[in-house]
Amino acid sequence: MTYDESTLAQLEADADAIIARYPVKRSALLPMLHLVQSVDGYVSPDGIQFCADQVNLTAAEVSAVATFYTQYKRRPNGEYQVGVCTNTLCAVMGGDRIWDELSEHVGVGHNETTEDGTITLERLECNAACDYAPVMMVNWEFFDNQTPQSAKQVVDDLRAGKDVAPTRGPAKVCGFKEVSRVLAGFEDGRGDEDQGVGAPTLAGLEAAKRQGWTEGSK
Amino acid sequence: MTDLTPVLSATWGSPKSWSIDTYTKAGGYGPLKKALAMEPGALIQAVKDSGLRGRGGAGFPTGMKWGFLPPDDGGPRYLVINADESEPGTCKDIPTLLSAPHTLIEGVIITSFAIGCNHAFIYLRGEVVHVYRRLMQAVREAYEAGHLGKNIHGSGFDLDITFHAGAGAYICGEETALLDSLEGRRGQPRLKPPFPAVAGLYARPTVVNNVESVASVPAIVDRGVEWFTGMGTERSKGMGFFSLSGHVTRPGQYEAPLGITLRELLDLAGGIRAGHELKFWTPGGSSTPIFTQDHLDTPLDYESVGAAGSMLGTRALQLFDDSTCVVRAVTRWTEFYKHESCGKCTPCREGTYWLTQILKRIEGGKGTQADIQQLLDTCDSIAGRSFCALGDGATSSIISSVKLFREEYEAHVEQGGCPFDRSASALFEYSETPATEEAHA
Repeated sequence: MTYDESTLAQLEADADAIIARYPVKRSALLPMLHLVQSVDGYVSPDGIQFCADQVNLTAAEVSAVATFYTQYKRRPNGEYQVGVCTNTLCAVMGGDRIWDELSEHVGVGHNETTEDGTITLERLECNAACDYAPVMMVNWEFFDNQTPQSAKQVVDDLRAGKDVAPTRGPAKVCGFKEVSRVLAGFEDGRGDEDQGVGAPTLAGLEAAKRQGWTEGSK
Repeated sequence: MTDLTPVLSATWGSPKSWSIDTYTKAGGYGPLKKALAMEPGALIQAVKDSGLRGRGGAGFPTGMKWGFLPPDDGGPRYLVINADESEPGTCKDIPTLLSAPHTLIEGVIITSFAIGCNHAFIYLRGEVVHVYRRLMQAVREAYEAGHLGKNIHGSGFDLDITFHAGAGAYICGEETALLDSLEGRRGQPRLKPPFPAVAGLYARPTVVNNVESVASVPAIVDRGVEWFTGMGTERSKGMGFFSLSGHVTRPGQYEAPLGITLRELLDLAGGIRAGHELKFWTPGGSSTPIFTQDHLDTPLDYESVGAAGSMLGTRALQLFDDSTCVVRAVTRWTEFYKHESCGKCTPCREGTYWLTQILKRIEGGKGTQADIQQLLDTCDSIAGRSFCALGDGATSSIISSVKLFREEYEAHVEQGGCPFDRSASALFEYSETPATEEAHA
């Protein structure tokens, strides 16, 4: 492995914290792979060996797990993972067109990264925000009710180095490595940040109020 | 007109609705104190009596699932929350966890107490990072408030919760695949029996429950069985989320008694997109056979939807108006199942591949009339012959759409292409340049 001493020490401390969450060591593997991505920006050969050493598996066994899941990247990932939902509902509501225009605008296709390393594009499967279709995710934050124009603007701003806020989520989209650390189960202090609750989330409550329902009534 | 019944969603509009303070001020964690003073067996009986059925899609009675655990043998038993919400159209658990994660946490504590579990796990899909932040924060807040840890509120009951993020795999929503994934393996379904109640996580007795099911438990404890059974229909009790998406004026989460109809829901949601009519819809996500206008008055409960030939599933109502090509919709769903097939069993792995080939051929105008029969024959080789329900689900929209819209499949063959203008379905204006199928490959 080629990790320097301080990186390795931090990785080992984090790995110990992850392992401590589970009764059986091997359960730590998925969060640990997120942890590796938070350091290397992808599941690197070093990262695979590191995980294998921590949970007493072979590198082949760890690779077999890592390749099963789409969030684990096998090549250095862009700073921002930009996914356009093209599952049926979003696709029909305009996701297909957003994908076409965005892919042409950025100049890369599915699972490809721009030469400057900022953007990796992906055609997403359903991300559980269908009431906000068409949906785009950037580093797993919600960009709801998108159009081709809004999607291109987000990507242009990201490439220009500007802070970009999702429509639901924290004050800004964090980098791929920072987000990977959160997914490894380490809080980043942004849980209270909020862009407001979206209209579809409250649509039923609003309709209930029109029917005479009031908060606290049973 | 059926009245909506906001329960889990009641506080979503409050400032900082996700915080423990907001939740507690609204009465949260009161049911926990009540539950800790009860006998665990009485809690299980109450949930059995409430008729609560699993809200993750299958609709299995929750209390009965708890009751299947074998008698205590002194070893650990586990509660695992399935928060891997990924079924196309399903979007209820994510807003629940984003806006009110403590509803779930309190449900987890009560459920764990009822079934004798001292270590619970919450498996959240990995592609929703802000939801994970809120979940981790909520667990931490619950520890700080003394709702978790050792000797909770002096009851002698200990509980730890481990939160766990997945990494992108629809199949992990299948409960045994989820358990394998949680054990650090590829997420592939296990052979059943043994069921998780007997040999689940680490081969120990395990209950796997959906977010909404467990989040409903505190309200049942608080307000009583009769309150819960006062909602819904004869065998489908209580309230649940109905998630409206697609060509509807006000899409979103509508919490209503089971048995409400789409006609009633549409009335509350402002109707189908102006200038259009409903064409087809899924009652419970993309794995459930599609419905049409003929089913506007079908009560959305387990029995009525089943009797009408579909499944209530997760109450994920994806609505498509008359601008939508059903072949395009079904083709895309099928590509999803092909992508998400875990590869363990041959009918699903190979079958979804061939279904995709045939459907893309038909949608692209290169199909034949014989291809339509070939589709159905291929479905016949998958449905009921796959290792888990993913294979069955892959065939649902195909079989139902050929039955209901066969002429639309035939039109693609006869016209050598799709008769629909894609831009007419989109929610923004654009003019369609000639379709480049390569761009979608």
